[in-house]
Amino acid sequence: MIYADNAATTAMSEAAISRMTELIRDTYGNPSSLYSFGQKAKEVLEQAREDVAAVIGAEPREILFTSGGSEADNQAIISAARIGEKSGKKHIVSSAFEHHAVLHTLNKLAKEGFEITLLDVHEDGIIRPEEVDKSIRNDTCLVTIMYANNEIGTIQDIKAIGAVCKARGVLFHTDAVQAVGHLKIDVKEENIDLLSASAHKFHGPKGVGFLYARKGIRLTNLIEGGAQEKGKRAGTENVPGIAAMAAALKEAYAAIDVNTAHLVPIRDRIIAGLGEIPHSALNGDAASRLPGNINYCFEGIEGESLLLLLDDKGIAASSGSACTSGSLDPSHVLLAIGRVHDVAHGSLRLSIGEDITEEDADYIISSVKEVVEYLRGFSPVWRDLVAGKGSFIL
Amino acid sequence: MALYSEKVMDHFRHPRNVGVIEDADGVGEVGNAKCGDIMKMYLKIEDGIVVDVKFETFGCGSAIASSSMATELIKGKPVEEARKLTNKAVAEALDGLPDYKMHCSVLAQEAIEAALEDYESKK
Ligand SMILES: Cc1ncc(COP(=O)(O)O)c(C=O)c1O
Repeated sequence: MIYADNAATTAMSEAAISRMTELIRDTYGNPSSLYSFGQKAKEVLEQAREDVAAVIGAEPREILFTSGGSEADNQAIISAARIGEKSGKKHIVSSAFEHHAVLHTLNKLAKEGFEITLLDVHEDGIIRPEEVDKSIRNDTCLVTIMYANNEIGTIQDIKAIGAVCKARGVLFHTDAVQAVGHLKIDVKEENIDLLSASAHKFHGPKGVGFLYARKGIRLTNLIEGGAQEKGKRAGTENVPGIAAMAAALKEAYAAIDVNTAHLVPIRDRIIAGLGEIPHSALNGDAASRLPGNINYCFEGIEGESLLLLLDDKGIAASSGSACTSGSLDPSHVLLAIGRVHDVAHGSLRLSIGEDITEEDADYIISSVKEVVEYLRGFSPVWRDLVAGKGSFIL
Repeated sequence: MALYSEKVMDHFRHPRNVGVIEDADGVGEVGNAKCGDIMKMYLKIEDGIVVDVKFETFGCGSAIASSSMATELIKGKPVEEARKLTNKAVAEALDGLPDYKMHCSVLAQEAIEAALEDYESKK
């Protein structure tokens, strides 16, 4: 199988697996217990905090461990809203193509009376920092913009957006779930106040993540109970998962340059290869893009049938078609960059991993070409387009 | 657990009666590209019998499988019988569809109804 769905989740690295299994077996003490066996687990936990902090240029006490990216997004946004509320600031700036962990949290706040501005992400999937600046008002309490998009892979100019927020005195959160472990991030240099990350996107375990919150930012609990995580997140810590995350992150961070140098040419080879398919279009900017992301729309076909046939050929990928989401609408990300429903249904996301080879890339290209041509062969939409009834969109 | 039954996957991977009938006696098209599913059915009818049927589909795996199964269920049958084809019969013949995909079998029924209507109107 060629696993090309690393944006959905990644395989755990050997380092993470061995760290996790070793700790499950040998270091099962509760970090809150005072005897030395418990304190050993506490040491592991605090070492993980140091390791994670170092990777993003934060201080250990600025790292809060969570159950993943969704929880970190929820807590960051709710916390900023509660801070803003106290001084009557109930306006939040975000973008139309955020992950649902962000958008649904914003919807919840909107029901409480917050006003939400969703910025245009333009056809290239890039938010303009000057538009962030223009959207900030006197009552804005938070700007939340994702570092890299999970579907189309576009990377934002986070440093410039962070500078705008700093200049305007507004908290800045970034959902960096797709970026951490893949891009070099420095929270201080990029003026990031709050950042969310998730272990399973960088070869760590599922159900573990972290929230970076610049010191001085008062977090609001989502989970009440014990005094773990400085009282900001109750529940006995997932020590093996957290330590495995740290192990995976250290390894991913150390390999960023090597991985990027390997992935970018292969990504671009696939982008060029699929570009030969007539009436297709790359989604998202070609340059400011995650090293492993390829996302295309093919006119006249539907994405789920494309995925099933690619699965038969041993390729695991994903699509933004409505049929793969269980809803009637295709991906909100594709709609946000201006793809109309008709073509958004025919989308394909390939998110390649470090183990990909050039041969894999060529096999992917030829397989996608073959399947698209086959499906177009009995698509009434394609027949009409070719016959000149209606005009091509792509 | 697999997303679809073996039957669905079989009809999806090897759809029966794919294509067009140039001199069809009835043609029906339902659905729209906005929703992500379009089915087009072509019927050849002689002496009140559906002697040939072909389909074209833009849609997901279950849409393709439903069209394929629907054509099999009416091919060689009297028009009267074809008219009585229900979406339930299509879904059952496929050993079931996930709930949120039942609309694909509805679309197959409607495509055949539309093609038969077209045939009647031309008579
Ligand atoms: C951009 C983005 N944010 C948040 C999440 C949620 O992360 P998790 O699955 O760890 O809750 C994901 C992954 O699904 C993601 O891609």
